[in-house]
Order: sequence, then C-alpha cells, then structure tokens
Amino acid sequence: MAIVEPAVDDTEQPDAGLRIGTHTLSSRLIVGTGRYDTMEQMRDSLDASGADCVTVAVRRERLYERGGKNILDFIDPKRYVLLPNTAGCYTSEDAIRAANLGREILSSLGNPGEDWVKLEVLGDSRTLLPNPAETIVACEKLAADGFQVLCYTSDCPVTAKRLKEVGATSVMPAGSPIGSGQGLLNTNNLRIILEYLKEDDPDFPVIIDAGVGTASDVSEAFELGGDAVLLNTAIAHARDPILMARAMKHAALAGRNAYLAGRIPKRLYGTASSPTEGVISTRPYGSDA
Amino acid sequence: MLPPLHPLTIISHEQSMVTVTINGEPTEIASEMTVEVLLDTVEVPPNYLAVEVNSEVVRREDYATKMVHDGDRVEVVTLVGGG
Repeated sequence: MAIVEPAVDDTEQPDAGLRIGTHTLSSRLIVGTGRYDTMEQMRDSLDASGADCVTVAVRRERLYERGGKNILDFIDPKRYVLLPNTAGCYTSEDAIRAANLGREILSSLGNPGEDWVKLEVLGDSRTLLPNPAETIVACEKLAADGFQVLCYTSDCPVTAKRLKEVGATSVMPAGSPIGSGQGLLNTNNLRIILEYLKEDDPDFPVIIDAGVGTASDVSEAFELGGDAVLLNTAIAHARDPILMARAMKHAALAGRNAYLAGRIPKRLYGTASSPTEGVISTRPYGSDA
Repeated sequence: MLPPLHPLTIISHEQSMVTVTINGEPTEIASEMTVEVLLDTVEVPPNYLAVEVNSEVVRREDYATKMVHDGDRVEVVTLVGGG
C-alpha cells in the first residue's frame, strides 16, 4: 500500500519542551524498554516513538553467563535521557538502594538522567498497585538526598498531593494497573489530581503512567491536561511494536494539540454546522421549537 | 604450568577462608580482594555496572581500595529493559 508522505512535518511538537525539574524533554512521550522480543525491536520502537526519555530497570548482573547482550549497547546515552526505575521494590529501603545503584551507573555514562529516578514501591504483586505509605517515605528521603523523583502512584488525589508536599519533582498517577492495558479507569480522579497539583503551580509536571492499552488512551491523558505519558507494554506487546510506537507518537501530539486548542463544551442538543438560512428544504415534522 | 585461578573459582574448604554472598549466591573466593579485582571476573564494561557492599553503593573511584571481606553481601547490578 502506498503511503503519501505529508508535505509538511506534521509531527512538529506543539509547544515548548516539557520541563521536569532541571531537565527539558522535547517529546512528551516517555517510553519503557522492557518486554520486547529482541533488543533490535526495542531500539527501533524507541526510535519510532519519537521519545527522548526512556526508562530502564536496575537488576543483578548475571555474573556467570558470559557474552549476553547489554541494553546499553542498544540505547545511545547521548540521544536518550535514561530514567532508571525502582521497579520490583516492595519497601522504601530497597527502592532507595535501587535508586542509588541507578545513579551510580548513569553517572559513569555521563547521562543527564543520573539524578533522576522513577520511584515505584509496590504493595501487591497481583495488581502491581503501589504501596502509598512506603512510596511517601522513599520519596521524601530520595528528594532530601538530591534526587529528582518522578513518582509513580495510584490515581488517589490525597496520595498524589502528599507526594508533591514531600518533594516529588513529578507525580505520575497510574491510569490503571501496570501492563493491564485498561486505559484510564478513573478520569475524575486524574482530573482532581491535575487540579490539586497544578493549583498555584501550573507548571508542576503530572505524568500519566501505566495502564495504557492503545493510542486513544494516550490522547485522552493529554486531553485531560496531563503533561506527559509514560508507557511500555502497550508498545512492546503490540502485534507490531514499531507501528504502535508511531501510533503513540501521533496520539501524544494529537492529544496535546487538542488540549492546547481547547475542546468545545458538550451540549445535550445538536447545533448545525451549516447555515440555517437559505435552506431549500422545509421542515416536515413541525420541529420548529 | 597450571593457569592462575579465576578469582571466583570455588576452591576446597580446606584452602578457602573467605565466603561472600554475590547477588544472593554464597560464593567462596580465593582471598579477600578489592572490588576492582572482583569485577575483573565480569565481562561487562565497568561503566555498565554498579556495586553495593552490605547495602551501601561503592563509588567507582573506590573500587581499587574497597576490600570485600568474609561474610560481606555484594550486589553487582546493571541496567536492563524496564518500564
């Protein structure tokens, strides 16, 4: 099938970059690097997504298995800001250790993400929902230790507010459980979080993290007013990850543009797009009210 | 002549005095050694790694001097794909 390339670059970012702490990202899509079939597929999907920030996890090196590929051979640390996460940690202590280990690796790579961490402290292995109490403790300690904490949390407005108070650089409420693909389950809560955290501080970055299933979920997150979207599985486990990465890029641009443009209010009744004067027809059903 | 022992070669109990836990696995090593020597056994560029001894990160500049002692818990980690 022939695809007609647009004459102009329709992927131009709609506004100035997204400022998160001391960093500025040009793309508002942050993508994960997990669950791909191959490193090559991951590399090409990241490229297609247009993201300039990608998340990575800290794990034990397999000391006795030689010759394995390392993800850093497939991600150029000069091109991408690496955002190390604390995924898989269930206590604040372990999350803080993982954050420090991630910082140590990134500092040796000269990557700007070295003082960043995506804080994630889980509370339950089936839902992968966060433990709010442990997350708040870890967030406060890491922020005090100089980290810029991008903090994964549930869609609870009270927890989100508390995380900002203890020093989170960005709060990242989940749309739905990690990897579930359920999209944004409680948009009312997400709207309340956006209102609370941006009240008197409109530039505070709120990133919708987790649960995205497809492109429309990404657009919806931006239409609500989210500053960025972080996703992984929706691309990595799509039938065609590279094509889905492109879809996500366009969905992010569409949603952000729509948010900036301002949606019309919803009305119960229709309003005609064509002029009502000069119509050649009459109204047969007496609906002149 | 026999090749030199790999630093992580498990040797007999009579000879070994040093047991450390590396990434959760109890491991006997030939002697107490620096983190730098211990890392020579890993075929990953050192800037892809971070090391923790007893839950404290060892800074890169301290690899040559930080000794691993009997009973220490060592973690050697790298970055992997994640969301």
